[in-house]
Amino acid sequence: MPDWLLLMWQSLGPLLVGGIKFTVPLALLSFAAGLVLAFAAALARLFGPAPLVALVRFYIWLIRGTPLLVQLFVIFYGLPSAGIVLDPLVAALIGFSLNIGAYNAEVIRGAIEAIPRGQWDAAYSLSMTRAQALRRTILPQAARVAVPPLANSFIALVKDTSLAAVITVPEIFQAAQRIASVTYEPLVLYVEAALIYLVLCSVLSSLQGRLERYFSRHAVFAEGQR
Amino acid sequence: MIALQGIGKSFAGHAVLRAVSVDIAPGQVTALIGPSGSGKSTLLRCVNLLEQPDAGSLTIGAQTVRFSPGVRLPHAAVQGIRQQTGMVFQNFQLFAHQTALQNVMEGLLTVKRWEPARARDRALQLLDKVGLRAKADAWPASLSGGQQQRVAIARALAPEPAVLLCDEPTSALDPGLAAEVVAVLSDLAREGMTMLMATHDLRLAAQVASHTVFLLDGAVVEAGPSKAIFEAAQDPRTRQFVTTLASG
Repeated sequence: MPDWLLLMWQSLGPLLVGGIKFTVPLALLSFAAGLVLAFAAALARLFGPAPLVALVRFYIWLIRGTPLLVQLFVIFYGLPSAGIVLDPLVAALIGFSLNIGAYNAEVIRGAIEAIPRGQWDAAYSLSMTRAQALRRTILPQAARVAVPPLANSFIALVKDTSLAAVITVPEIFQAAQRIASVTYEPLVLYVEAALIYLVLCSVLSSLQGRLERYFSRHAVFAEGQR
Repeated sequence: MIALQGIGKSFAGHAVLRAVSVDIAPGQVTALIGPSGSGKSTLLRCVNLLEQPDAGSLTIGAQTVRFSPGVRLPHAAVQGIRQQTGMVFQNFQLFAHQTALQNVMEGLLTVKRWEPARARDRALQLLDKVGLRAKADAWPASLSGGQQQRVAIARALAPEPAVLLCDEPTSALDPGLAAEVVAVLSDLAREGMTMLMATHDLRLAAQVASHTVFLLDGAVVEAGPSKAIFEAAQDPRTRQFVTTLASG
């Protein structure tokens, strides 16, 4: 076995531990929390009173207009000056969730707005309330529109979790940095880290394909019909 | 009994309906005719309150609601009126993510809270009535326009409305497919379904509807038995419009 392969094999354990203990939970939890936030923000923007709409617009403007790395620094290194000291993992979770929330609020709002007005009318004509129309008629169709951009954002998040390394979260990338600094083999270690991200993202891409097929099942023309 | 009294509606200062009054006896089919922009669709949408009029009153059965500018009706009043109406749209507006059967069951399940088995039975009966029981499990996208509109009619009928509102039900269909829909609507008319339909389709207006109302610029020009409107209209504007329908 060549030296570089041996090094990769020996570092696989620590890198996977970083992935299993930090990268994957961080990505899953921030995406889940961010999605809840995004959904609430999208509904507030579409149906909320003017002050709430303004607040949501401010939130989206602020998060989208500043770098994620800077946001993480403000939360982890900046807030202690204001007396708020956060655990690195908690700081990362907050930063990533706020980020996912802001970007996907726009995705979800756009998906809801993409459903024709007539579908609301049809739901209302059956005496559905707005909440029923949204839940039964609009959201199931909006989901189809939203899945590709949401999957994009999830995949981007998985890779962005590597930024948590700079606020001392020992995830995959930080594990690679640590080993590289003692073995002086940065090429091997960083390529290995890259490969692990590639595998994670490939799994997500295939899940995206399945979800898309599920939500598009009604759009497939059955043979012999029509 | 359905009564529209002095219905007025403006959009951004532009009057779309001006003091429109129409009475419909139970079991009667009334056609709303008039050129595009005459207010037919808006008037229909005022009957199930998809649009809230600014003036006038609306009575369906035992319930009367009165309108004034800038005043939104309470939710309960809107639901009370809506639950007595069913609506068929020009572009069908079937729920694209649900099968034909699920579309027809939707109002029964979500609004009337029926048991799924009971809703399914009624939905299948209605699909049978419009000749589409065999397509119960088809997605809307796999049905022809005429089939989609027939499913939409079944969906609107499922909660047993007191009146069926049809907004240009055949306008988006080519003649052969429109004929299927006309046949279903004329069966309903024979069975005594109360209907109000905005239409350009001479078959619906002159043959299915017993009464016709001619609207122009948001006001009623002439109303009466369809035969009188189509063969012996009093107003020259009515006579002229009826001629365009016949030739077109």
